[in-house]
Amino acid sequence: MEIISILNTIIPAALIAATPLIFTALGGLFSERSGVVNIGLEGLMVIGAFSGILATLWLETLGFGAASPWVALLIASIVGAVFSLFHAVASITLKADQIVSGVALNFLAVGLSVFIVREMFGRGQTDYISARIYRSDIPILSDIPIIGDWFFSRIYVTTYVAVILAVIVWYVVFKTPFGLRLRSVGEHPMAADTMGIKVNRMRYIAVMLSGAFGGIGGAVFAITTAGNFAGNTIVGQGFMALAALIFGKWHPFGALGAALFFGLAQSLSVTAQQIPALDQVPQVYLMIAPYVLTILALAGFVGKAEPPKMLGKAYGKGSR
Amino acid sequence: MQKLLKNKLFGLVIPLIAIAFGFLAGGVIMLISGNNPFLGYGALLQGVFGELYYFGETLRMMTPLIFSGLAVAFAFRTGLLNIGVEGQLIVGWLAAVVVGIYVDGPMALILAIIAGALAGAAWGFVPGFLKARFQVHEVIVTIMMNYIALHVSNHFIRNYLLASGQRTDYVNDSASLSSPFLESLTDFSRLHWGFAIAIIACVVMWFILWKTSKGYELRAGGYNPNASSYAGMNVNRNIVLSMVISGGFAGIGGAMEGLGTYGYAQILSGFTNLGFDGIAVALLGASTSIGIFLAAFLFGGLKIGASNMQSAAGVAPELVEIVIALIIFFVASSYLIRWVLNRLQQNKEGK
Repeated sequence: MEIISILNTIIPAALIAATPLIFTALGGLFSERSGVVNIGLEGLMVIGAFSGILATLWLETLGFGAASPWVALLIASIVGAVFSLFHAVASITLKADQIVSGVALNFLAVGLSVFIVREMFGRGQTDYISARIYRSDIPILSDIPIIGDWFFSRIYVTTYVAVILAVIVWYVVFKTPFGLRLRSVGEHPMAADTMGIKVNRMRYIAVMLSGAFGGIGGAVFAITTAGNFAGNTIVGQGFMALAALIFGKWHPFGALGAALFFGLAQSLSVTAQQIPALDQVPQVYLMIAPYVLTILALAGFVGKAEPPKMLGKAYGKGSR
Repeated sequence: MQKLLKNKLFGLVIPLIAIAFGFLAGGVIMLISGNNPFLGYGALLQGVFGELYYFGETLRMMTPLIFSGLAVAFAFRTGLLNIGVEGQLIVGWLAAVVVGIYVDGPMALILAIIAGALAGAAWGFVPGFLKARFQVHEVIVTIMMNYIALHVSNHFIRNYLLASGQRTDYVNDSASLSSPFLESLTDFSRLHWGFAIAIIACVVMWFILWKTSKGYELRAGGYNPNASSYAGMNVNRNIVLSMVISGGFAGIGGAMEGLGTYGYAQILSGFTNLGFDGIAVALLGASTSIGIFLAAFLFGGLKIGASNMQSAAGVAPELVEIVIALIIFFVASSYLIRWVLNRLQQNKEGK
């Protein structure tokens, strides 16, 4: 009985922590499958959180009420997609080093968003939004004994959206012509080019998708968990999403599973104090678990992770 | 000779164009946000050169930036991208402070700096080893190592070293880099001897890379690992060595902050960004010692001048971060310009 009530606390918390990671990791999947490294996921989340909060505040004043955060998520995805163009133009068209460009994107996101916040609010953080997405029980399903409590009560709807999205992304990437083209561009761009696929256009689409998803990921975190935006709203979630993508071997379900696991680690590092046995474990182990596991996965200790072959390499016609 | 001159000049032109574009874009952003760019940049310059105190603070700010720039550049020269300078700097900071607290006497300062270097080197060893042994890309590993460094060092401070509030004790005077002489010279800024050590480090990196056979090997491995391997060099061992030295530079950079500027280590709520700024410094400085020194001066000045920009012209200090980010974008993207111009030149010569 004790265990079950503990799980009642941990599992919903883990799902909530995992949700932004799922969105963002799925976005990163598009980009990296097309051959563009996206270290800038963190920055895309920052921009998403920033625009999500600003949009919610703005929509509230327009009288959108409870719909505000949902419309704001849409706006955040558009802003994220547009912002990701920095990375796309630099790394695809101008053939800049993709990692350097991603790092610059992270810098730019924090600088730009905090700059605007300071100019608008006169301080380093925004007001709190009042129209939140609230946690709710799912009718009927939440009445299922035990499991209902774990998975269907006191959870944000966005979590289910994220899980469903993973299935959709899997279908798109592995079962549609678009997905085939996307993967071919990341594995063997020259062959793809020969077959008439526009490599760079494909990569632009992929990077913008990562921007849109990353934007939603950041906005979901800001709207559900943080409630406002400041320079330290997004600290490392973007990199954790990147870690989930790699740990999940660039596969949507793998990324989903890894994100859920990292969400669990994140929530445990906060809630462990209340749980007997776990309160003896130093918090630091849980905090570094996602990162250590990713390193181990990359080294092949947790099954070899095989990245897309042309990941990180710019493509120019006639280059081989 | 003419061609050599052209190349040299060209190497200088690209960073300058990037800086100009960065500032221009920053000016446009100020204009859009309803500020006066001339006033803003005037306040920025005032905040660097206006008073001796600010100038001293700028030089002080340069010190860790030089080290993180050298760290990134050293790895870069050998074909590696070390995004982990931030983490290596954090562990170096902590290790130096720990030794500085517990060791006293004439050797304390040297031991503390060595401890910082070793800690940074150890943090650089892991990605280097994984790259050499398992072909794991160093970028992802170093990013993960950054977070591990942040959490682990916070854990140690919180549980074993906490003196007051969020920080450790001060280091012993014998391990301190702070200098009443330099302070009085600069109207009581926090300028410390680390600045001199940073200049020495620039020379050391230049010497290792260009005057030793090991340095030649490291650079050769960066240019063409296959050819180096064929020539009988142990490329894998050089990868590890390069990351260890790079991490060592970063660790000393952290030690400079711990022993000089602050005199203690603190629980960090987020990254210091000194390590990430090192990427910008190294890129802009084209991975040369002199370039890094100049780039560190630019970014150090921007960071110190930013606060005056806010108080004197009402421009949010984050403008500086935007300018730095844009400069990185422009430098990174300008390789295309370089490539195009080189191609054009080659074509002309071909005819």
